[in-house]
Amino acid sequence: MSATAAPPEPRSYYGRPVIKKPAWKTPDVPLYLFLGGLAGASSVLAAAADLKGYRHLTRVGRVTAGAGLLGSLAALIHDLGRPERFLNMLRVFKPTSPLSMGSWTLATFGPLAGAAAVSEITGRLSSAGRAAGLAAAALGPAMSTYTSVLIADTAVPAWHEAHRELPFVFGGSAMTAAAGAALMFAPVDEIGPAGRLALAGAALELAAMERIQRGLGLVAEPYGKGRAGWLVRAAKVLTVAGAAFAVGLRRSRTGSILAGACLLGGSVVLRFGIFDAGMDSAGDPKYTVVPQRQQRMREGTHA
Amino acid sequence: MTERLADRLYGALDDVAADAGYDDPPPRMGFFTDTSVCIGCKACEVACKEWNFVPEDGMALLGSSYDNTGQLGASTWRHVKFIEQPRRVALASDRHAPGSADHGATEPGSSPPEDGDQLRWLMASDVCKHCTHAACLDVCPTGALIRTELGTVVVQEDVCNGCGYCVPACPFGVIEIREGDGRAFKCTLCYDRTRAGLQPACATACPTESIQYGPLDELRQRAAERAEVLRRQGERRVQLYGERADDGIGGAGAFFLLLDDPEVYGLPPDPVVTTRDLPKMWAYAAGAAAAVVAGVLASFARRPR
Repeated sequence: MSATAAPPEPRSYYGRPVIKKPAWKTPDVPLYLFLGGLAGASSVLAAAADLKGYRHLTRVGRVTAGAGLLGSLAALIHDLGRPERFLNMLRVFKPTSPLSMGSWTLATFGPLAGAAAVSEITGRLSSAGRAAGLAAAALGPAMSTYTSVLIADTAVPAWHEAHRELPFVFGGSAMTAAAGAALMFAPVDEIGPAGRLALAGAALELAAMERIQRGLGLVAEPYGKGRAGWLVRAAKVLTVAGAAFAVGLRRSRTGSILAGACLLGGSVVLRFGIFDAGMDSAGDPKYTVVPQRQQRMREGTHA
Repeated sequence: MTERLADRLYGALDDVAADAGYDDPPPRMGFFTDTSVCIGCKACEVACKEWNFVPEDGMALLGSSYDNTGQLGASTWRHVKFIEQPRRVALASDRHAPGSADHGATEPGSSPPEDGDQLRWLMASDVCKHCTHAACLDVCPTGALIRTELGTVVVQEDVCNGCGYCVPACPFGVIEIREGDGRAFKCTLCYDRTRAGLQPACATACPTESIQYGPLDELRQRAAERAEVLRRQGERRVQLYGERADDGIGGAGAFFLLLDDPEVYGLPPDPVVTTRDLPKMWAYAAGAAAAVVAGVLASFARRPR
């Protein structure tokens, strides 16, 4: 406990955590959170660019979605304690398990996004590739936000208590990541939409993060403390800088590359920060005990 | 439909095995751990390891009273906790003295420890709670975690793929990935014994009947009577933990009689199954997904130059 005057009796058991820290590995899981968002939002960006006639932006979006998908799949499989058993997740379809729903989303989105990317790179079967890209975009939004439910649906206080806001943080962060990749790799005359997407994503992400940090009291503390706090702050600086560059320097190739790098960096660093904050909140019993004790007092069910 | 789903995720449930799909299941079985008679012998820890072939998981002196086990985990399915509380304890002879009828243990902080004061030693054998609404089971993406016909929660070792989702989902910090193996393990409530009508190994080994195994209804009744006896004897903070079907986990299949608040024993004071909020979480995620689509579409609102 944090009280300076030591309480007369222990309110935790030898200061030990009440819940177990997730066994999820770094960088696997934070990267999985980032890459899933990048792939999902990029597929939506590619489809919109396709329909609106942005040839190069479409290409960048499809290739980014395919690459992000491959990366996220690799990160997820690498993180499993028994990687050879990845397919065990496809033996059931279980709406109460966000990871089950995510696996099925990945299993459907993956081949579509992959086909669109391969067709784009090889130039073969372009109409089938286009159809696959558009179909992937239907699942892209789910890809970009489901990972927030994945971490919120746990007993980890900093994640669970933020279950209302985290999907919007992740959605906004996925938008800035997709915009970042587009700014980096698409030619200057097609990046207009990417710049506007960066602004929209940054606004959504920062507003939702602000709500978490102002509204959740004690359980939000880990987002502002230690390494997690440093990462979250760095992510915000990168995202704001990236969005500013995307608007201010959009006519220069170098400027848009810089903007894109900042946005991608902000998105990836944010996931690491959120991951760390959750780990910290799981590791200290006060984040579990204090809110639950207050809840129990409110209910007044026990003496 | 949605209401039915919400009911199945949270709140009291009459027959947990029937809810899981068993036809005409036997009565729900469970543990009642009466910590007031625990003597800290750790026979339960040993019997559990022996019967279930649970590997050794470290030998260390932890400096926390007689507890050198630390916590429940992949290779510790019963864990005896030791809490030392410096406080006056009314002896049986005092209790009969006039005017001292309500002298149980004094309230914490009411007086600093002094010479001659006694040490109250709380001992408690912790175990998986076999929740009515088990978060580990809900979030398991492979179906490795199942509900048995006895209402208990068991990991199927040959199905688990080591994703580790159950670990942070558990509000009690029970289930864990075993290092060097990669899969998740926890108490099975000796499913191999109990399905054959035997008592679990820990309950069989317990010399004081601190660990009792039986039909949950019967255990709840017995526990209520025991708590009343202790209350009459002056144990003012005696409480049952996890026996209420309307609590955050729909009641535990393994519940406890405690002599102090749950957090003193390292237990969460008001645990709630995380999946209670899952329908809401999916709704928020759908809203955020719609925001992504709207954001992208809005970005393309202008025609290309």
